Amino acid sequence: MSKTRIYITGVGGQGTLMATALIGQAAVIAGLNANLSEIHGMAQRGGIVESSVTLGNLLSAMVSDAEADILLGFEPAETIRSAKKCSPETTVITNSTPLKPYTVSTGEEEYPNVSQAFKKMQQKVKRFISIEADAIAHSAGNILSLNIVMLGAMVKHANLPLTAENFKQAIIKFTKPKFIDINLKAFDLGYSSK
Amino acid sequence: MNPLLSREPGQKHLLLGNEAIVRGAIEAGVGVVTCYPGTPSSEVPNTFSKISDKIGVYFEFSTNEKVALEVGAGSAVSGIRTLVSMKSVGVNVAADPLLTLIYLGVEGGLVLLSADEPSLHSTQNEQDNRYYGKLGYIPILEPSSPQEAKDMTRYAFELSEEMKMPVMLRTTTRINHARGIVKFGPVSQRKSKGIFVKNPAHRIAIPAISRVLRKELLEKYDRLVTMGCTAKVNLLEGNGEFGIITSGIGYAYVSDALDDLNARDKISVLRLGLTFPHPDKLVADFLEHKKKVLVVEEVEPYLENEAKRVAKEENIATQIMGKSKNLFSRAFEFDPGMVRKVIAKYFELDYQPKYSIQTDDLPELPKRPPSLCAGCPHRATLYAVTRAAGMETPFPLEIGCYALGYMEPLKASDFCICMGSAIPSGCGISRVTGKKAVCFLGDSSFFHSGMTGLANAVYNKHNVLVVIMDNGTTAMTGHQNNPGSDHALLGLDKTRIDIETVCRALGVDDIHIARAFNLRQVKAATEKAMLHEGVSVIISKQVCPLFARRAGIPQKRLFFKVDLEKCTNCRDCIKEIGCPAFYLDNDYPAINRNLCEGCAVCSQICSEKAIKPAKKETEHE
Repeated sequence: MSKTRIYITGVGGQGTLMATALIGQAAVIAGLNANLSEIHGMAQRGGIVESSVTLGNLLSAMVSDAEADILLGFEPAETIRSAKKCSPETTVITNSTPLKPYTVSTGEEEYPNVSQAFKKMQQKVKRFISIEADAIAHSAGNILSLNIVMLGAMVKHANLPLTAENFKQAIIKFTKPKFIDINLKAFDLGYSSK
Repeated sequence: MNPLLSREPGQKHLLLGNEAIVRGAIEAGVGVVTCYPGTPSSEVPNTFSKISDKIGVYFEFSTNEKVALEVGAGSAVSGIRTLVSMKSVGVNVAADPLLTLIYLGVEGGLVLLSADEPSLHSTQNEQDNRYYGKLGYIPILEPSSPQEAKDMTRYAFELSEEMKMPVMLRTTTRINHARGIVKFGPVSQRKSKGIFVKNPAHRIAIPAISRVLRKELLEKYDRLVTMGCTAKVNLLEGNGEFGIITSGIGYAYVSDALDDLNARDKISVLRLGLTFPHPDKLVADFLEHKKKVLVVEEVEPYLENEAKRVAKEENIATQIMGKSKNLFSRAFEFDPGMVRKVIAKYFELDYQPKYSIQTDDLPELPKRPPSLCAGCPHRATLYAVTRAAGMETPFPLEIGCYALGYMEPLKASDFCICMGSAIPSGCGISRVTGKKAVCFLGDSSFFHSGMTGLANAVYNKHNVLVVIMDNGTTAMTGHQNNPGSDHALLGLDKTRIDIETVCRALGVDDIHIARAFNLRQVKAATEKAMLHEGVSVIISKQVCPLFARRAGIPQKRLFFKVDLEKCTNCRDCIKEIGCPAFYLDNDYPAINRNLCEGCAVCSQICSEKAIKPAKKETEHE
């Protein structure tokens, strides 16, 4: 059975851990083995939140440098920060909408030129997909569905042993009932982006 | 229904390691669960706090880890299976009862969860609690996956009951916070009504009795060593000429590496699940037939040193290595790629590692450090007190969200050791420097071990200002209740203890109560207290806004905005308090209304009075 290693990065509040869990649940639905790894605690106080999923015949959930088959970046600067997880065989799916850290908002530090940096990364990896996930989530009806938009884009553009149907079932089973419709719409919009 | 409560064996669920531990305890028929929360253990008590009522388990957030273990000792000695949960450094607090309870023994199984944290994601040191096994004769189990976390929790209860001694389940972050597919087993009959049998010859730790019990403990140890050599939790895999000894999460990395390297036929693996007592004979047999052996374990060379000792005692010449400059470091977590690389190197296997893409042409990135939340009352208190006391004042504090106050621009912390250390360390500093130290702690840490330090400060006539930042909850670890919380509001049947009354009872006369968001009030209290010779206390009150929202406590909410006609762009609002709700809009300070909690601290700092409430919450949501 093939092995897939997914590295997920974003900022506290973007729903990265929920997305991580949904990949795991979609794998359970598909009858695949899944391992997930998360860091709780201090990281959630507005800091960077990193997690990972491995699918297939593996015991460990961690993704080492150069070993991500898929890098799922919820925030452009964090995608760039995680570039060391990529090899030339990696597929990168990233949100292009910045969530500026406090130090940038208040003028102490500079936010990078995202499109330039993305162009450079694009030349180094197998596939590089950048979407305006915030705007797509907004059009789905709730900015908080950003994480589901990202999952939709990943299922479309990355080589995954999971189907869109697996994810939709996971969304129906494991997200809050009142958000299911928005989440399904967000997934479809993410899936059909680009 | 919460799937953890299912009575159907064979079900499979995707569980967090900590949820798997909860399920293991339920399957074992646990009757009592006590704890002090702490990363990465917190989801164990958090989960029990939600489900214990439904299944008739007694659960409590105890005031500290020592108390948790002592309550657990009482229930276990009365025949009830008991789980006591804490983080790595919590075991240091509980070490006193632990190292003597092992002499007295238990009737119902007692399992102590020690959640260790290599890489110190949210912990103040990197300690390896397997050494508590050697120090105190505590049997230690180390699971390698969420499934094993469940299975070993259950086994730990059985082992504890069989040996009549507490057993430690030692996990690390990558087990506690891993999620994996867990297959459920049957749920045993729960016993929650205990009987305390008087048996002084076995239950009273005084020298005459402990001398006898010491010999019994050593006999139990010998039995355990023999048992460990055949225990099912110790796995032997493969028949290769080389060997790897490992435990815990190391086993997952080793297994994946051997598959990736196609080296299963060359290298066999001894995975120890019971790591104390060390199964000498099992390890000797393994070592004897190997050309060379690598030990894969995070943090200390615990198994490595044991293996080397066994080799020496048994005259086995096999090379054994683990921690070394060229192989594994004692510092920090491992990862799969690193373990694969070291295995390939040590056993001279063909391996072409993947290489990261070049990153040196990518731009430099702004930092994204964790910070106190917008509207955090600690920011207000730390700012007002430190500025009023003067920045040359020593500011010891302790473990809690407020430890983040050491950063720019607050710089409100100079010395932080552990829970309970703020007041006593401040006493030591003041005594020898002649400067009145200002000691910061929270409500939960006050009840954890702050009170004893305060009693000492009063008793020994120290000269310190103690600032208790009462936000009504144990915020850092995910908002657990503590003795000072408003239990009635939360619908909990607990007795609330008033911090001010405790301080008065401990003999503090100079007590000031302030509202954290009222900077003038906090500053005035600080100025008065700094002039007082002796122990002063400020209780700065304001509920944690995240907790208030989560608990559904109604809060009057405004949001604030900058009046550009008055703003002179001096940026004191940004520079002084570092609130993450601020940003620059056309180069002028502005406030993100989605983040603003309406604490009004910035508006009190603005000398131009340019920051004002905008609208009521109802109008903007």
